[in-house]
Amino acid sequence: MELLHAIPFDQLLIQTINGVVTGMILALVASGLTLIFGIMDVVNFAHGELFMLGAYVGVLVLSATGNFWLALVGATLLIALLGAVIHVTTLRPLLGRDPLTTILATFGISLVLQNYALWQFGPVARKIQEPFTGYFTLFYLDYPWYRLVIAGLSAAIIAALYLFLKFGTYGIWIRATTQDRVMAQAMGIPVPWVLTAVFAIGSGMAAASGVLFGPLVGVNHAMGLDWVLKAFIVVVVGGMGNLGGSILAAIFISLLEAYASLWVSPAQAVIVSFVALILTLLFRPTGLFVSTPR
Amino acid sequence: MSADGLSPEPLLKVEDIHTYYGKSHILHGVSLEIGHGEVVGLLGRNGVGKSTTLKAIAGLVHPSAGRVVFEGRPITNMPAHRLARRGIAYVPEDRRIFPLLTVTENLRTGLDRHGVTPARKKELLDKVYGYFPVLAERRNQAGGTLSGGEQQMLAIARAMMLEPKIILLDEPTEGLMPRMVSQIREIIEILHSERVAVLLVEQNVPLTLETSRRIYIIEKGVVRHHAPAAELRADDAPIHQYMGV
Repeated sequence: MELLHAIPFDQLLIQTINGVVTGMILALVASGLTLIFGIMDVVNFAHGELFMLGAYVGVLVLSATGNFWLALVGATLLIALLGAVIHVTTLRPLLGRDPLTTILATFGISLVLQNYALWQFGPVARKIQEPFTGYFTLFYLDYPWYRLVIAGLSAAIIAALYLFLKFGTYGIWIRATTQDRVMAQAMGIPVPWVLTAVFAIGSGMAAASGVLFGPLVGVNHAMGLDWVLKAFIVVVVGGMGNLGGSILAAIFISLLEAYASLWVSPAQAVIVSFVALILTLLFRPTGLFVSTPR
Repeated sequence: MSADGLSPEPLLKVEDIHTYYGKSHILHGVSLEIGHGEVVGLLGRNGVGKSTTLKAIAGLVHPSAGRVVFEGRPITNMPAHRLARRGIAYVPEDRRIFPLLTVTENLRTGLDRHGVTPARKKELLDKVYGYFPVLAERRNQAGGTLSGGEQQMLAIARAMMLEPKIILLDEPTEGLMPRMVSQIREIIEILHSERVAVLLVEQNVPLTLETSRRIYIIEKGVVRHHAPAAELRADDAPIHQYMGV
C-alpha cells in the first residue's frame, strides 16, 4: 500500500497509455509471427529483420515521395513480396522436414538480411518523420497524437486480419489448411500457395509495424532484434499460434513493463517480461490465454 | 476379366501402381477401371492396400511405378488440389472434417473454386441441405461438435461440393448405427442417379454387393479377383476365400 501511495495517479495513467500503445505495436509484430507459426509450424527467426527492412523501405519511400502513408503501404507490399520469395525459395523446399531445419533456415535469412542492411545503409540510424507532430496535454506532459494513431492503426490492421480469416474466402482456405493440411488439398485448396500467402501476409504485417514504429526510435540494422525477442515472449505467453492470445499477451506484457518502469529504470523493467515468460512456461506452457478461439 | 458394358474409354484407369510407405511395399501393382457413373466396390481384409489405392488416385500418395489415367489423361503425380478441381473427390475413412470450421464453412472449402457463380454455389448448397436436412439444422455449428454419423454425412456432402465425376468413399459405414448405414446406401444411390462414379471401399460386404455393379477383391497389395457384383451375390466363394468371412 505504501508503495502505491508513492505513485501519483497521473503517472499511473500515463504509463497505462504508454503500455497500451507499445502493446498494440507489439501485438502487430507478434500476430504476424503467431500467424506464421500457427498455420505453417514455422518459427520465423527472420521476423525482426522483415520488421527492420520494412522500416528501411519506409525511409526510402518517404525520402523519395515525402508521403508517410505511401511509405507505409509501399513497405508493406514490398516486404510481403520479399516474404513470398523467401518462402518459395527457402521454406517450401523444407516442407515436411524436421522443424529444426526451418529454424536454422530462418535464422540464416535473418543474418543475411541484417548484414545486407548494414552494408547497404550503414551503421548510422535513419529517421522516419512522423506524418503529424501534434501534441495534446496530459497532465504535465505533451503527449504526441501520433502515438495514439499508431495504436489505432495497429488495432485496425489486426482487426482486418481477423475479419479476413473469419469471413474471407481465402481466410477459410487458411483456416482449413491450419486444421488439416492433407484434407485441404483433397478439397482443391492449393496448400503450397496458401502457405506462401500466409508467410507474405505475416511479413507485410512486420513491415507495417516497422514503418509505424520507425518515428519513435531510429531505423537501424539491429532494431529487429529487440522487437522479435519481445514478440517471441508474447507469442509464448499468449499460446503459440493463438492470434487472440497473442494480442492480449502483447498488451499484458507491455503494461507490465510500463508499470514496472515506475519503480525501476526502463532497461530493468524488461526483466518482468522474462519473469512472465518463465512463469508461463513453468505453469501454463500452452499459454495464458488458451481458451481464446483463433 | 469381365469388362461387360464398359464404355470404350473408362472414366478412371489405374494401371499397375506400386507404392511404398517408407521401406514397406504397400501396393504391388494394382490395376482397375471405373466407367462413367459406375459404382465399383473394392473389398479386402484390413491393411491390404484398399485405402492406399484411394489415396493414390486422389494424389495424396504418389505411386513409385504405374499410371493413373483420368478421362484419358495421365494424372499420376499431379498435386491433389488439382485433381480435386478436375473432379476427383475423396472421403477419407476418418472423415477428416475441419473441426473448427462450421458446417457451412466446411462445405465452402469445396465451393470456392474458380468459375463457380454465386447462384451455382447456392444451388449446390441447397441441394445437399435438401439431401441432408440434419446438416442444414446445424449449419452454423462447428464440424467437430457433430456426431460420427453427421460427420460422415458432412464429409460426403463436402465432397459433393466439388461437383465431382468420381467420389472415392473409404469405409463410409464404419462405426455407424444401422439406421445411418441405410442412409449411406441411399446417398450412394443418389450419387449413382446423378451419374457420379463411386469407388467404394468397405468392410460391409452385403452393402457393397448391393450397391456396386462390379467388385474388385484385393489381397496383399494386388487385385486377386474381379467380377460383376451379381455373380458374387449368387456365389460368394471368392469372398470367403480372400476375406475369410
